Amino acid sequence: MLLLAKTHTEQLQALYSSILRESLPLSIHELCSGLGTDLRWSSYVAAVALSQAACKDDVAPVCQHLLKQLESRQPDGQVCKHTLPILTKLVNYSPDILTEDQVNLVSRKLVDWLRYASMQQGASMSSGGFFSGSRARQPVPVTEVDGTVAGDFFTVLCVGHSFGEDQWMNMYTFSMIRKWLLTYDTEGTSGGESDHLCRIQFMLAQDHDDRSEVDSSVVSMVSATSSCSRLLAPKERLREKAFEYCHRLIEQSDRKAIKRTDTELQKACIVEAVTIMDIICKEDPSYVYRAFPSVKALYGRLSGELTYARALIPIAQFYLNHSEMAAVDSEAVYRQLFARFPSELFNEPTLAYELVQFCRANMAVLENGVALYRQSFPNLFKFLAWNSPALVSDYMELLPSLMCPDTAVEVLHSLLDLPCLAATLELQQRSATCQASERVLWDTGSKLASTLETFRQPSYRGFFLYILRPEAGSGDTIDRLNVLHDVLAEMAACPRVMQCAQVVPVLLHVFFNNVTKFADQKLINQLALVLLERSSLLYNIKQFKIELFRVFSTHIRALCKLHPSLIVEQSRELLDFCGSTANIYSREELYTNVVWLIGEYLSVAHNPRCSVELITKFFEGLEAVLFEISQVRQSASPPSYPPRVLTTLMTTMAKLASRSQDLIPRVSLSLSKLCTFARSRPAQASYSEEDTEEIVTRAHELTNLLKLPSVAQFVLAPPPLGESPRWHRDTNASLPRAMRAISELLHKQSSFMPA
Amino acid sequence: MVCCFLIHTVCSVNALSAGGSRVLYSRVFGPEDNSETDPERRRLLQKERLLALARRVRTAISLHRDAAGSPCVECVLGEEAVALGEADFGVLRLGAGQPFPAEHTLLWLGVQNLAFTLVCEMHENLLLAEGTLRNLARHCMEELRLLGHGSEILLKRDRIDAMLHRYLPHGQLLFLNHRFTHILDKELSAYGNK
Repeated sequence: MLLLAKTHTEQLQALYSSILRESLPLSIHELCSGLGTDLRWSSYVAAVALSQAACKDDVAPVCQHLLKQLESRQPDGQVCKHTLPILTKLVNYSPDILTEDQVNLVSRKLVDWLRYASMQQGASMSSGGFFSGSRARQPVPVTEVDGTVAGDFFTVLCVGHSFGEDQWMNMYTFSMIRKWLLTYDTEGTSGGESDHLCRIQFMLAQDHDDRSEVDSSVVSMVSATSSCSRLLAPKERLREKAFEYCHRLIEQSDRKAIKRTDTELQKACIVEAVTIMDIICKEDPSYVYRAFPSVKALYGRLSGELTYARALIPIAQFYLNHSEMAAVDSEAVYRQLFARFPSELFNEPTLAYELVQFCRANMAVLENGVALYRQSFPNLFKFLAWNSPALVSDYMELLPSLMCPDTAVEVLHSLLDLPCLAATLELQQRSATCQASERVLWDTGSKLASTLETFRQPSYRGFFLYILRPEAGSGDTIDRLNVLHDVLAEMAACPRVMQCAQVVPVLLHVFFNNVTKFADQKLINQLALVLLERSSLLYNIKQFKIELFRVFSTHIRALCKLHPSLIVEQSRELLDFCGSTANIYSREELYTNVVWLIGEYLSVAHNPRCSVELITKFFEGLEAVLFEISQVRQSASPPSYPPRVLTTLMTTMAKLASRSQDLIPRVSLSLSKLCTFARSRPAQASYSEEDTEEIVTRAHELTNLLKLPSVAQFVLAPPPLGESPRWHRDTNASLPRAMRAISELLHKQSSFMPA
Repeated sequence: MVCCFLIHTVCSVNALSAGGSRVLYSRVFGPEDNSETDPERRRLLQKERLLALARRVRTAISLHRDAAGSPCVECVLGEEAVALGEADFGVLRLGAGQPFPAEHTLLWLGVQNLAFTLVCEMHENLLLAEGTLRNLARHCMEELRLLGHGSEILLKRDRIDAMLHRYLPHGQLLFLNHRFTHILDKELSAYGNK
């Protein structure tokens, strides 16, 4: 009740409102009855009602009240100042709160406010004052932002000393019109004939456009082209008036504003106006021909200026939606968007955000219709590299749309190089600022200075140009990538680079999960090779590498499962990879997985071309590694090999031997050697008792198994059907029976155990 | 439409856990999308959401400051313009369910140890939203003396209410030219002087 009392000052009103918003719900009806008592503060009352509403029924009375007020406009022309914001909030909450008639009623009101606000300055707010008397009565016209007298009709870009109520309502109306059109302007209404008429109008306008470019005339042509619209239905009329308003705003935004804040407002108005035009054109395509001349002229005016970059995104959206219909070439707009902005404005967080959201919203159209989009992925990655924590979730959605069979390998390389890109961008940025300021600044930090120096050296230019390339297609990767890594080594500790490195594993998962949807055998082979190659060519950040090896392991397994003959096709590379003990230290996870894959998939069952020679070759490679391990162990300070690598090696060798039985004696020898050695003193120094136990047991089990080659073959390479769930249930199937037989062999018959 | 405006801390507060952030002012422009029916639980959910936002912004600001490597400039009372000039600014997308059911855009402005946060709808005019946020932050800094040690922000929240009432009525972003702004500024200072 306190809230509804008439006599309070605004302070009390604000306080009551804020307390009541935090307390338990009041009776909405009671509140609504108070809405009309004092128009000055009814907005505070409405705020309480809205914040406590839990469903549509709760807000309906507020809505009805507002509409009643609108309908029976009071004689002194007073309506609640915040009627429109409240209404928009309600409509936003529940669009069906208004009936068709009510929508028409509001639309009519909006037209009045939007288009017919007075062109004179309102009566001065400061009432009284000794000298103000006679002068205030004389009507003074409002002016444009550059100070000239405004022509045509009032918009938010018209300034005056004070504003009348209709002018305030004009501002409120324009602020909410986009939301209103999006919600209620939903049926297209253009007939074929008017379409034709508009086409002619468009041609005429284009003609006019060509001429006006010369003198860049500021004479408004909005009212001139406005058709006789009195007869239209309220919704269509609103559409028409909103369109004219936007048209005029675009013209007004060309004026040089006196105040800096008005320049900012002009930019915001351009964005809003083009977006509204886009909405209108989507609803009624006949507007496209009228809208294009001004949007095109606007683009021509803004495209050169980077400060207007953000205003170009709605323009691009407009082109994307309508250029085909108007037969206008849109290539230049996209070029600006994808080729220029990312390389020059990668450090603008809002532009990055808006551009990325633009891509997200139009993913389907861009990937099929705009070739430049996919082509520009190296450029688009710049936003991500610079501001990875904020954008990673968006890029997880965008990445699939940037990939296709032709670019997949390059995308993969680019993802792996992402931290390098971040480091290079950081260097570029610092280099630019250093050039601007004093050289002294970077002479102090000697390490960084030398990196900066390298950045400017022509001999490294090629590397940086590659990393900063704007478009795909200049080759998947480059030679001597490690040189670049060395040059950038100092930057690895830079927080931006670290942040960027943290998002790479996530994106790689997205990449691989998606690439398998379209990859053929050739591509899968290529990808597997890239994984092997790049595992030794990564930017040197410790945690980054560890994470990446984990990702590589997961996905090389997935690739092999998808395409098992990969092992045979890439046998040379795999052999090289497995044959080097150095790989065990540096890439344990990946090494273990590759060895396991060999055991799993190197068989005739997966590829008929898998020969005995090949199996022997692999076997010999692994045998040598195992030998080397056991030899090194004899030395004074043995490097510690993880037990998991040893057991995997042993099992893989046993698997290979089971497929080519001539190898069985050799593997048994190796296994027994390994047993003795696992128990040796230096080995025990680095392994725990459990580890030793594990290695010895595994060796014994494998040796025993291999004594019965046919069983070994079955156990070590079960038929692929074994994975189907039926096996576990059907006790008569051969697998459970075989398992039982084997466990008896292994555990009960101790005579099988070696002495 | 804007759905909420927050002012919260981004530095460590003694009484809170390490990642915590204290919300100094919050305003939700209702009715909000809240699945709870019980008023107590609705309120609780709303507060939880605001805290979640504050934590998210806190993380974003510290990551941003780390990456920029810029040392925090210490400003004192009276240097509001400098502090605002040095402020960090960023945008985030709040995915569906994080914490609102629909997607939203979050804009933050980090001024030293404080953050001003605006959550608006996905397709909002971000140029306008950014301008509004900066304007609100400037007013708050100047009028509530946020660089000082006082607690005026907690005691004079009606001023922020009055400010939002004018520049962001019911969450509606407004296209205000410098004259509109000037008139509202005058109204606001009249409010303060009463």
